[in-house]
Amino acid sequence: MDNIAGTKSGLSWAVHISVVALVILWLFPTVGLFVSSFRTADQISASGWWQSLFATEQNQTLRAGDPDDEGVQVLTDGVYVIEGNLFGAGGETGDANISVWGTSSRAIDAYVPGETADLGDGETITVQANGDYVQTSPVEMSGRGQRVFVTAETPPEFTADNYQQVLLSDNATDSMAKAFFNTLTVTIPATIIPIVIAAFAAYALAWMDFPGRALLIAFVVALLVVPLQLALIPLLRLHLGIGIGKGYLGVWLAHTGFGMPLAIYLLRNYMVGLPRDIIENAKVDGATDFQIFTKIILPLSFPALASFAIFQFLWTWNDLLVAKVFLIDATGQTTVMTNQIVELLGTRGGNWEILSTAAFVSISVPLIVFFAMQKYLVRGLLAGSVK
Amino acid sequence: MEAALLGIVTIVVGVGGCLAYFYFSNQFLDHVLFPAKGANAGRNINRANQIRPWLFLFPAIFALSLYLAYPVVATLWYSVTDRSQGGAFVGFANYAQMMDEPKFWEAMRNNMLWLIIVPAASTAFGLLAAQLTDRIKWGSIAKSLIFMPMAISFVGAAVIFKLIYDTRPVDQAQIGVMNAVWLQFEGGIGSLLILRLLPALLMLCGAAAGVYVIIGQVTAIREKGGVLVRGLAILVLAWIVFSLLSLALGAVTAVHPYGEPQTWLTIPGWNSFLLMIVLIWIQTGFAMVILSAALRGIPEETIEAAIVDGANPFQVFFKIKLPQISGTIVVVWTTITLTVLKVFDIVFAMTNGQWETQVLANYMFDKLFRANDWGVGSAAAMVIMLLVSPILVWNVYNARKEMR
Repeated sequence: MDNIAGTKSGLSWAVHISVVALVILWLFPTVGLFVSSFRTADQISASGWWQSLFATEQNQTLRAGDPDDEGVQVLTDGVYVIEGNLFGAGGETGDANISVWGTSSRAIDAYVPGETADLGDGETITVQANGDYVQTSPVEMSGRGQRVFVTAETPPEFTADNYQQVLLSDNATDSMAKAFFNTLTVTIPATIIPIVIAAFAAYALAWMDFPGRALLIAFVVALLVVPLQLALIPLLRLHLGIGIGKGYLGVWLAHTGFGMPLAIYLLRNYMVGLPRDIIENAKVDGATDFQIFTKIILPLSFPALASFAIFQFLWTWNDLLVAKVFLIDATGQTTVMTNQIVELLGTRGGNWEILSTAAFVSISVPLIVFFAMQKYLVRGLLAGSVK
Repeated sequence: MEAALLGIVTIVVGVGGCLAYFYFSNQFLDHVLFPAKGANAGRNINRANQIRPWLFLFPAIFALSLYLAYPVVATLWYSVTDRSQGGAFVGFANYAQMMDEPKFWEAMRNNMLWLIIVPAASTAFGLLAAQLTDRIKWGSIAKSLIFMPMAISFVGAAVIFKLIYDTRPVDQAQIGVMNAVWLQFEGGIGSLLILRLLPALLMLCGAAAGVYVIIGQVTAIREKGGVLVRGLAILVLAWIVFSLLSLALGAVTAVHPYGEPQTWLTIPGWNSFLLMIVLIWIQTGFAMVILSAALRGIPEETIEAAIVDGANPFQVFFKIKLPQISGTIVVVWTTITLTVLKVFDIVFAMTNGQWETQVLANYMFDKLFRANDWGVGSAAAMVIMLLVSPILVWNVYNARKEMR
């Protein structure tokens, strides 16, 4: 738009850099959570997640095999020998690359791989770059395994164990599987029911003539901004009073009520814009209002229906307050994911591997919906607020 | 799997019930109550058509009245009664009790800060992002990435940012970005530039902008009048300028504990801002999407004319584009304001109102479900209602104007 009149902006590289910076700034937090969810507890506490993406130099303290264990020491040619890999039997980090090592905490960079360190009393140890070591001694060795301080280049390493723990384990506090199904159970009816109800009402407000229509529309607009906090006590009392209590039915009704103003407002604004001719022609041809609605209006309003459905889905999936008040009772059988995460924050606040995985499980579904149906979401936002 | 089965059954029953209501009530109206045949066919059709809108509207009106309109009245009533006295009318006793609590004023003060900073920052960032991304080829990808946090729940965002603000003891590796960056500062020249000079300069720029607007308002009073509204605006601006100046002074003089990992969320004063960042991060995408559409809707002739007249890009943006999208900016601002007033999850999940981060919505939740004090809780809810009512009136006014 700005390169009209021949003034191609010389600042375009600055624009590119600023946008890249903005995007990185906005993505950085989420990526941190995503990366952390694929690291083990040890890895998370050993280094920041941003270091895990690249091979890093890490100082580690490792131990050679314990001489007291059965079969570790082997007597060959009058020399006691312990052989193995410092990184563990199978060499979990088999492709680690030791750059320097030492046998004392004061000189952790005393030797390079392949050199032999003298441990005194004729005892020696040789460490290779990949962690293989040979420890020899003229007399039988005892005590704990020899400590070796290594500075190793460890490649990035990720695991899906956290997801297994969070999704499949039977551990009641960690398991998100149940909360996941509970959230789905809350979300799907709480998305579909308001659409059905609001679509009929929006049609009536858009295309039917009756006294008090303008007043009703003003009423809907006014209710758009009423904070749902006001509804908590009166409705909880009402639900307890008429026997619904705390449960799915209550939370569906609550979400239906709270989503209704936006649904009617969005759908009505869209339906009013549909061409009058089609509807009048159908009426002339003898269609009833019910037929016009189901056969003409509903299919034509699909974009508006979709955008409200996304709103309501995101809102009910991400909701904490309504679920806490209307759904979750003392038994906690009906907990939803947001609530489960808040509880994890309390009980396992330091266990980032569980916490980040649980949070990512909970935000992954909305993210998929978001990226798949972004077009409708944007359209709905524009219809809902630019007026 | 039982829960899943139950869920599916209830979905079918619930949605089927809704559809069945609409279908059968229409059938009943057309075939039983006022059949469109026989002697009174014409009259019956008319009658049926008078009733039909209400058939269509009934469930919606019922849900709206019961779930939104009735609670406003009921909450108002609860806020002037006392539950422990069996619901006796106590006048403004609950409000008086609430006003006596320092926690309430803390929540009010924080809410006011949220109300100024979050909409302002989100709108500003959104405008910046919209303006920048509209000029480049891969702008739509950048936009959808900046927009993405909209899909993330407040609770999820709270976890994400808790990781950023995380603190480990000084001898361990820091896993929170903020502390990792913080430990890079050691009091040298770099720290002086970034931690003292840069923020101080930013604050001074903000203050200068504030003074500029104040001067503009003063001249406007001389020329056009409107002393009341403009005077109020000047007072608010003067307060903002004053706080910016004192913040600038604070940035220069503050003593920083270099080399010590900080538990960011427990530092009163700063922690509220750290919580606000979470909401700004979420809301910027929303502001960007709407403002970008508005920017694209600006007639090109106006911009062409300005460029022909020799305006530079900044003048085009501030003098030509900005005035034309001011209406949209107001809409974005009020929408984010509404979100801010209801913000509960972020504070609840991150600090639960400790360390002076309380906000009204969380204060209310505390009163309702922890202290079990419905009177004061309702009074707090009414305060929130009071704060949104100007927006409510404005919205209704605009909607009525538009329909005429």
